[in-house]
Amino acid sequence: MARTTRWTAVATMATTMLIAGSAHADATLTIGTVNNADMVRMQALSSEYEKTHPGVHLNWVVLEENTLRQRLTTDIATHGGQFDVMTIGAYEAPLWGAQQWLKPLDNLPADYDVNDLFPNVREQLTVDGHLYAVPFYAEASITFYRKDLFAARGLTMPEQPTWQQIREFATKLHDPSHGVYGVCLRGKAGWGENMALLGTIVNSYGGRWFDPGWKPQLDTPPWHEAVKFYIDLLSHYGPPGPSDNGFNENLALFAAGRCGMWIDASVAGGTLVNPKESTVADKVGFTRAPKQTTDRGSSWLWVWSLAIPASTRQFNEARDFILWATSRPYLQRVGERYGLSSTPPGTRLSTYDTAAYMNTAPFAKVTFDSLKAVDPAHPTLLPVPYKGIQLVSIPEFQAVATLVGRLIAGALTGRGQVDQVLHTCQNAVERTMKRAGYYQPNKAEQP
Amino acid sequence: MSSKAKTQVERLLAQPATLMLFAWMIVPLAMTVYFSVQYFNLLYPNKSSFVGVENFAYFFTYPSFWTSILNTMLLVGFVLLVTVVGGVLISVLVDDHFPGQGIVRMLLISPFFVMPTVAALTWKNLLMNPVSGFFAWIATSLGMTPVNWFADWPLLSVIMVVAWEWLPFAILIFVTALQSMDREQKEAAQMDGAKAWDIFWHLTLPHLRRPIAVVIMVEAIFLLNVFAEIFVTTNGGPGDATTNVPFLVYTQALLEFDVGAASAGGLFAVVLANLVSIFLVRLIGKSLTAGAR
Repeated sequence: MARTTRWTAVATMATTMLIAGSAHADATLTIGTVNNADMVRMQALSSEYEKTHPGVHLNWVVLEENTLRQRLTTDIATHGGQFDVMTIGAYEAPLWGAQQWLKPLDNLPADYDVNDLFPNVREQLTVDGHLYAVPFYAEASITFYRKDLFAARGLTMPEQPTWQQIREFATKLHDPSHGVYGVCLRGKAGWGENMALLGTIVNSYGGRWFDPGWKPQLDTPPWHEAVKFYIDLLSHYGPPGPSDNGFNENLALFAAGRCGMWIDASVAGGTLVNPKESTVADKVGFTRAPKQTTDRGSSWLWVWSLAIPASTRQFNEARDFILWATSRPYLQRVGERYGLSSTPPGTRLSTYDTAAYMNTAPFAKVTFDSLKAVDPAHPTLLPVPYKGIQLVSIPEFQAVATLVGRLIAGALTGRGQVDQVLHTCQNAVERTMKRAGYYQPNKAEQP
Repeated sequence: MSSKAKTQVERLLAQPATLMLFAWMIVPLAMTVYFSVQYFNLLYPNKSSFVGVENFAYFFTYPSFWTSILNTMLLVGFVLLVTVVGGVLISVLVDDHFPGQGIVRMLLISPFFVMPTVAALTWKNLLMNPVSGFFAWIATSLGMTPVNWFADWPLLSVIMVVAWEWLPFAILIFVTALQSMDREQKEAAQMDGAKAWDIFWHLTLPHLRRPIAVVIMVEAIFLLNVFAEIFVTTNGGPGDATTNVPFLVYTQALLEFDVGAASAGGLFAVVLANLVSIFLVRLIGKSLTAGAR
């Protein structure tokens, strides 16, 4: 009798454990993300998520942007299945979505409020009416400048300067003997580094990557003018060794008070106004990105978003997580813990309806205006066959812009003349596009 | 069992291992050959098609192709020069007995055990950084402007890092070789009034001929594949100033995701390495037979 009871007890316990186990199915989500400040905060806050979702464990793979992109791309293209959540941008989301490499995110719960997401931003992540990623933060490029230095020299920053005006300001602000350089700009090679900025300069000079017949346009006057202007500006009035500087390097330089002006992603605003991270927190001014011949495509649009690869076996858990990390309560939680100006920007209209946020974050208005103004569907003065302001939404873009970025970074350090470099670029891009079958050499040359 | 039958059994038993080793080598090679004749962009898997030799033509006409060949040759050549000349001089210097000889020798050899990425990071951040590096500190203490090594002298900087890594290997081989040198012959020469230089030129250097040949061959094959040092320090740039053949293959494969062109480049690198090693084996074969005579 006693023995039977003992066995029953053991069996009951085992059954209970089994049931409990299946109720809280253990899931480990592997999340690949970038080492930018906002993502690092997400990683820090995710312990709260683990507490409210027992059984779900988050395994973080935090990498530098270029390395992450290589890892994610090779993983998803070979159906490796290493990741359950991927941090991808406005370039990858539509391409991968169209390849069916990502799970569509349809029928999102009502309290997630999809319509609160910026329409411009949501469109970047949508293919054929299906949303393939949810935006974590979005950015336009804007101009950062030092209000104190402008005042000291009697200069006024217009609401939207031209690149020529930026040059004039830079000549007056440049004071290397006191450790202040006129203007800091991206010089580091890469399609997401120097080519992002240069793409917007070329656009504002009236240039474009391809004509409607996909013929590359790099050997045209707007490209020559824009690249010459960029190299001249940065090598005369920029910090030493600009070809090493990308977003993070320039952010550090500006925060240390070394730059008079800086044109880059609006997301830097959160760091620059934070006295803990910036020596110039109360001296930063914000305005629109410079235009020149045209305003069109002079400010870029980039979205960092969270997506779920088709190869995951834990779709539901992954979906719950990415909805949490991009939800309104999450944004509020970041604001509570790290200060309102650290709220991930550019994704939700409600953020910009909050008076407290608009008052605390001096960059919020210009971010909002810029994000509303950008139009990835019509990025240039002349018509183009592609979407995207500082990128071209075709798989070959990565190859051609990497190559062009490398050669221009070389020209920036004095290796090769601009004319000759652009001529080489034109030939190289033509080769790639012909090889990929975008145009026939003879057909494209017909009027 | 006759000895002939025994050999046959031995051969038979060795077959599985041989087959596995063969497959180990041939499968990746065959895949590379296959992909080198396909148009295959990793981002566009549905579009792959047979293109014949187009990938090779594409790789050979890539704007950085000739620069990468030149950079590879300069890198291999200068590192060999530094390690062989420096290695011989240093090993002769530490050959005679002096207090602390063991420790000095160990320190000389230790850089070889530092991983390439770690060595590159150390040089980039602690030594050659134009603001906080050790060289910059020396320059500013002497009232000079620090050199921005990896931006202004990129290839030279990479050569310095790689030479620092491989010099210990040369020293190791030469020090060992010098231990087998005939001391009596050296003493006899000294008694006949030979100067240190004469001994070095007529006795030491001929004795080191074979070790030098070995060092050149082994290093050349490894130096053709230098990648980590470039990846960590300059990323092939600025422009293509430090892009060598392996780095060019990497840009095709992992920055442009062009599997076809990368495979073509990989095969080219294999051919290049084989050419160099055939050339060196010939050269060394000659020197070995000359030494035996």
